[in-house]
Amino acid sequence: MMPRSRPEPMQIVKQRRDTALATLVGGVPFVGFLGIRFDRRGDELTALLPFAETLIGNPALPALHGGVTAAFLEVAAIIELSWSILWEDIENGRPLDASMTPPALPRTIDFTVDYLRSGLPRDAYARARVVRSGRRYASVHVEAWQDNRDRLFAQATGHFMMPARDT
Amino acid sequence: MNDEDRMQRLARQFIEAIPYSKALSITLDEIGEGAAVLSMPYDPALVGDPQTGVIHGGAVSALMDTCGGAAVMAHPSGPMATATMDLRIDYMRAATPGQRITARAECYHITRSVAFVRAVALDEDTDRPVATASGAFTVEHSRPARKDEARLNIDMQTDTQKGGK
Repeated sequence: MMPRSRPEPMQIVKQRRDTALATLVGGVPFVGFLGIRFDRRGDELTALLPFAETLIGNPALPALHGGVTAAFLEVAAIIELSWSILWEDIENGRPLDASMTPPALPRTIDFTVDYLRSGLPRDAYARARVVRSGRRYASVHVEAWQDNRDRLFAQATGHFMMPARDT
Repeated sequence: MNDEDRMQRLARQFIEAIPYSKALSITLDEIGEGAAVLSMPYDPALVGDPQTGVIHGGAVSALMDTCGGAAVMAHPSGPMATATMDLRIDYMRAATPGQRITARAECYHITRSVAFVRAVALDEDTDRPVATASGAFTVEHSRPARKDEARLNIDMQTDTQKGGK
């Protein structure tokens, strides 16, 4: 490496990160089925679940289906964990894009959802935190809210098998 | 038509009318006292890992959750509504791509306010479960809703706001 090389232009860095995230997320059909998107600020991800009528589990209230909430949290946890694994490669200029084989994803061992209040018929947000990430296993906690960040409607903890690394 | 057939038909209409169950093409196959069997066809749109074609755990969660709720509603004590309080799913193995997934849930204990449920998910190889689940569900008794409008996933909050506990 050259001594004190100039930092890369911000746009290049951003584009590399955004392409990697889009490739990671875009490779999972189920994420598209639910309509989940991800916002990125630096390395921090926020999952976004735009409301749709098909996500209703209780038409009388109406409320989001518990299975939608669980799936949203599990997707947020898996993408966060994958992102944290890929981050170093991306930052070291080893980009990830659609021309490459998609990265192997962590596999869920168990997932426990704590339903705190019913999901309202509106957009939902989630942020996951990798609590422990080892060579073989990881533990991830995830929180979801709707209008108010402090009023969670669900939280979950999951354990995952780390994907085999090809390096 | 006897009562059991009637109950089964109502339960099927009820489950299959839930928008998200419809989106996943979940069907009710059997319903009995505190027990239910629901299944879901394989769909490439539900794949969680494109390298293997395996269905995402989140789709299995919905099947297990709906099945658990149905088992609570089918309990002889006659809950008027229920909502999931917590649900833990253990994934034993990947479901085989292309195969239908079937969940069986049993409400093995119920109190005035809580129902305890366990469930198992199978694909065509019924000797090796794909996943197991255990959960706690709320039990709602005196709801103004008519019996045929019994509701799944009612807000837990309404219970605490009534100030009973």
